[in-house]
Amino acid sequence: MVERASSDGIVEPVIRLTEAKKVYRSGSIEFEALRGVDLEIGEGEYVAVMGPSGSGKSTLMNILGCLDTLSSGSYRLAGADVDDFDEVELARIRNQRIGFVFQQFNLLPSLEAWRNVELPLLYARVPAADRRRRAEEALDRVGLGDRYGNRPGELSGGQQQRVAVARALVGEPTLILADEPTGNLDSVSTEDVLGLFDELHGLGRTIVLITHEQEVADRARRTVRVRDGLLHGEEVRA
Amino acid sequence: MNWRETLDTSWSAVRSHALRSVLTVLGILIGIAAVILTVGLGLGTQKDVSSQISSLGSDLLIVSPGSSTDSSGLRGGFGTGSSLTASDAEALSSSVNAPDIAAVAAEKSSSLSLEAGDGNWTTTVTGTTPSWLDVRSREMLSGEFIDEEDQDTAASVVVLGTETATELFGTTNVVGRTVTIDGRGLEVIGVLASAGSDSSSNLDDLAVVPLSTSSSQLVGASSASSVSTIYLKAAGDGQLSAAYQEATSVLLNLHGISAAADADFTIASQDALVDTATSIYRTLTVLLTGIAALSLLVGGIGVMNIMLVSVSERTREIGLRKALGAPPWAIRRQFLVEAAILGLSGGLLGAVLGIASAFALPGVIGSSIEVSPAAVVLSIVVAVGIGLLFGVYPATRAARLAPIDALRSE
Repeated sequence: MVERASSDGIVEPVIRLTEAKKVYRSGSIEFEALRGVDLEIGEGEYVAVMGPSGSGKSTLMNILGCLDTLSSGSYRLAGADVDDFDEVELARIRNQRIGFVFQQFNLLPSLEAWRNVELPLLYARVPAADRRRRAEEALDRVGLGDRYGNRPGELSGGQQQRVAVARALVGEPTLILADEPTGNLDSVSTEDVLGLFDELHGLGRTIVLITHEQEVADRARRTVRVRDGLLHGEEVRA
Repeated sequence: MNWRETLDTSWSAVRSHALRSVLTVLGILIGIAAVILTVGLGLGTQKDVSSQISSLGSDLLIVSPGSSTDSSGLRGGFGTGSSLTASDAEALSSSVNAPDIAAVAAEKSSSLSLEAGDGNWTTTVTGTTPSWLDVRSREMLSGEFIDEEDQDTAASVVVLGTETATELFGTTNVVGRTVTIDGRGLEVIGVLASAGSDSSSNLDDLAVVPLSTSSSQLVGASSASSVSTIYLKAAGDGQLSAAYQEATSVLLNLHGISAAADADFTIASQDALVDTATSIYRTLTVLLTGIAALSLLVGGIGVMNIMLVSVSERTREIGLRKALGAPPWAIRRQFLVEAAILGLSGGLLGAVLGIASAFALPGVIGSSIEVSPAAVVLSIVVAVGIGLLFGVYPATRAARLAPIDALRSE
């Protein structure tokens, strides 16, 4: 179904964006948020997408996260052409392929930590007993082994973001997509969460991190700069 | 996400907005309780009326003078007293002419003033035959009812209803005392046991004298042989319609009338009376239920309102669930189930309130309320249906939210 290798035997990248364009229309006004972006991200890469606000990086994030579709161009995620997917198929691909980490954490306040973490598994129709076990394992992995039953309100900002990371990990997605994950955190918690991403990268996870802070971007191995809807230079660290 | 998980999710959403949910449920609850009560009140009243009418005596046919309607649609002369006579009653009591009629009691009533000592009381004085007691299914409280001898000799005797006795003498222990009607002294020989009242008259306020006595002395001679009503008792349960046929043909024959449509009398059965009363109360019940149903509709709009508020308040949650992979149908189902939970809670609590009131209220308002299980089940089903129906629009709106817009909302 999902082919991971192209005909010449080279492993296909996790993300392949070709001539990606996104136009927003509001009445008669058209706004081109992406004006032809080509981007490839391979398996196991840790990439930061940087750019000022209004540069199109949020649009890029929505496209990469399958929350929105391109106006033209093509997007292949883990070998699957998502351009023609309908709403239900997009929901399934988000569920199975992508783990989101948001700036606002986006935890449901009425649910305990492990119940928040199990949400993606709920929509993947994983049986209840497996869900709980896997949710607890994910919380163990982010260092919250003693906080299964706490509600978000009982956790610090850094801990809440760790719960969110656990939620992003639990479904074993192909890609972890983090949108300004440290934007709402103090420096200690920022270090905490970035340390977690380093660890995940060490374990071979593919991570795309969107940020406007240089020091956050510096943690990634590769930084892609976006400006005015176009890629605008790229740095790779050893 | 299976049904159980959806139920869990929806239930915790309902619980997390406890006050709002309770207020919404209250709207449905009042509607359901009102429907159950009004239907119950209608049924209860219907039952009261039928039992009052059947207290007249079962298997009873009532023959009145005058046709029920003539060809022009006008009502014939009711109680003109001219078309029915004591000889009609005699003919009907013949077992040859009318084998299915077990007993006949002719009755002639007028309103007269009764005197006893210093007191006087105006009541219905009924002249009738000894069979009256049996035909009208009445019993004696004390003393004797009039007998054949009293009838033959036009004896100066009277039987009183309990209320009449109490009004005149202050007691029901009055056998042997004397009542004066129109200057004529009558000896009280018995008191009728209480029978309550039917829809039109008080069955305990009357004085019964032999028909012969009333014809010859108490009422003017011009109408001496006429009677105002003849009561017929059918010989058995299944013989009412045979009795009806026989009575009709005997009377038509006696009155020399060939076409049944020209009859100068009307025969009504208990069933006809019960039917009339029932249809009146059914109309009333439908009307009241309609009003109660309106309040249910208002409750349903309340559910929709709350669900819409809930959807816009939880836009972020919806966006997040969609980002994590919830397909539109899962979101729609979550909100629909939430609305159905509100409807069901309202339905169940409303049923409890309705049934409890049905037991508590009759003591206060004096008419009985008959809880209909069908109405209870139906109104709970309707409550859930209302929740679902009015939840469709908010749920569809929730399901259609685009995940990015939803996530971005504050």
